[in-house]
Amino acid sequence: MLSYLVRRVALAIVVLFGLLVATFFIIHLVPGDPVRIVLAGRASPATIARVRHQLALDRPLWTQFTLYVSNMVQGHFGTSFTLDSPVAQIIGQRLGVSAALIAYGMLLSLLIGVPLAIIAALRPNTWLDNSIRLGTTLTFALPGFWLGLMLALVFGLKLGWFPVAGYSGGIVGILQTLTLPALALGLALAGVVVRTLRSSLLEVLQSEHIEATRSRGMSELRVVGRHALRLSVMATATILSINIGFLIGGTVVLEQVFQLPGLGSLLVEAVEKRDYQLVQALTLLAGAAVVLASLATDVVQAFLDPRVKLSGR
Amino acid sequence: MSAIDVVDQQQAPAGSRVRLGGFRGLSREAKIGAGILALLFLAGLLAPWIAPYGQNQINFTDIYSPPSLAHLMGTDGAGRDVFSRTLFALRLDLAIVVLVTYPPLVIGVFVGAVAGYFGGIFDATLARIVDVTIAMPFMVLVIAVIAIVGPGVKGILIGVPLVAWALYARLSRSEMLVLREQPFMLATVALGYTTRRTIVRHAVPNLMRSSLIYSTLDMVANLLLLSGLAYLGLGAQPPNAELGSIIADGQSAMLTAWWVSTLPGLVVVLFGVGALLLGDGLSDGKLRGTLQ
Repeated sequence: MLSYLVRRVALAIVVLFGLLVATFFIIHLVPGDPVRIVLAGRASPATIARVRHQLALDRPLWTQFTLYVSNMVQGHFGTSFTLDSPVAQIIGQRLGVSAALIAYGMLLSLLIGVPLAIIAALRPNTWLDNSIRLGTTLTFALPGFWLGLMLALVFGLKLGWFPVAGYSGGIVGILQTLTLPALALGLALAGVVVRTLRSSLLEVLQSEHIEATRSRGMSELRVVGRHALRLSVMATATILSINIGFLIGGTVVLEQVFQLPGLGSLLVEAVEKRDYQLVQALTLLAGAAVVLASLATDVVQAFLDPRVKLSGR
Repeated sequence: MSAIDVVDQQQAPAGSRVRLGGFRGLSREAKIGAGILALLFLAGLLAPWIAPYGQNQINFTDIYSPPSLAHLMGTDGAGRDVFSRTLFALRLDLAIVVLVTYPPLVIGVFVGAVAGYFGGIFDATLARIVDVTIAMPFMVLVIAVIAIVGPGVKGILIGVPLVAWALYARLSRSEMLVLREQPFMLATVALGYTTRRTIVRHAVPNLMRSSLIYSTLDMVANLLLLSGLAYLGLGAQPPNAELGSIIADGQSAMLTAWWVSTLPGLVVVLFGVGALLLGDGLSDGKLRGTLQ
């Protein structure tokens, strides 16, 4: 167990280091001089030299890299070129919206996906199962942002139930402003939940110990309730953690659709304004979130499920 | 040569030859999917000849007119025919999708095959690189590449393959671990074939099958990604249109002219459904009988 955990944490550290290397090169791969591009026409050569010095771009590459790593590890993300305030502070202000959107999207995907998966698994290969399967196929083909627009058109513009742009905090505010984007985000994930959960439920329902439970006269509903649902908690936790990268990508576009002031819209702004410091920090943050989420799931799973192979891959 | 062919056919796991049967061998699901894809690829390919109007033909006397026989998908805020624009956008999008799906597939399968065959340090290093690559949120990484090279198709053509190969490498590496123990693979050693011949001629064709099936899913993911980026304004720059940018154009007038955003989106959905049906049908194993 301990050696498994050590190996798993070591792997996460290797991956995080890889992320640091990759993001470090963002600013160095820009064709030409990034400082000149950003400050084009607005700065004297002296200012350009000063900014270059501030960003340590005048140092040898290796020194820059060690400096970058030590800064990032300590949470010093630098100062945004365009917004003129610390990157960490800007991200802090915007993080809440994106986190709320992702959490809400996950919640909706479970509320939609889990019941459908159970229904499909209890009646496999019937018209009900088939139509659920067809529905999930459709969710994979839907562009999230387009679905968001369609939801905004129907429930926002036509019916007037929800606002179609902007964000407000608090429970009521979140329910009002984030329901449509969260639904657009969660629907594709609900498709994944249904597919994965259905097949693992079917597997369990055909296993011998469930057969034994049935033969003792337990009703099908209790079989599912007691045994199958326990399994589904694990299965869905894994699905959610595997798809966190997908969810982050989805928020980038959906925040633009519904004009939410989150990290996704910040990233798009940063790219448009060529704020490389900001792009660097946001890319690193998104990657780190994915790595840490999958690490957390694996560790929790190792504690909860005795069947997890502890021998590594 | 003929001797090894016999060994190949007898010992290769059932359904592992790439020759994808004939059309008749496909399941009904897969046939419908293949039909939809063929239709869309044909529409994109023939766009310059079948589009009733030019993609940027502006007509200010005819803005936001609803779908009709003259304009199958209506017109947008500049009086441009949405159907014609969609055809040209489809042409551009499908070309990009193919370019960012299949070259990485070939590279990934080869890298995975070599890693799986030899194992050792190379394999371990590759596994870590694949882990790092897959750990990145795809969309964020591609946007980071676009931040470097600037908005446009170039960023997508660089950014997507940077990640896409890794999934195929992982897939074919794990299959190679099984494959290399197969009798027909061992026979290539007994026959004194070079390692290169063994991998290129005998392993890779077997590994291609599952990667090709997976690629149908990958094409959908890539089209969704492309549309998303184009919607954000990070894709092809005007006057060139992508499906995502047409949808974005229509957003401001959705209540009065729903068709501008809705109909091009349906084309994306149609492509997705077609590719998913094909992929599902192929992986169901219904094809197996016709594969040998």
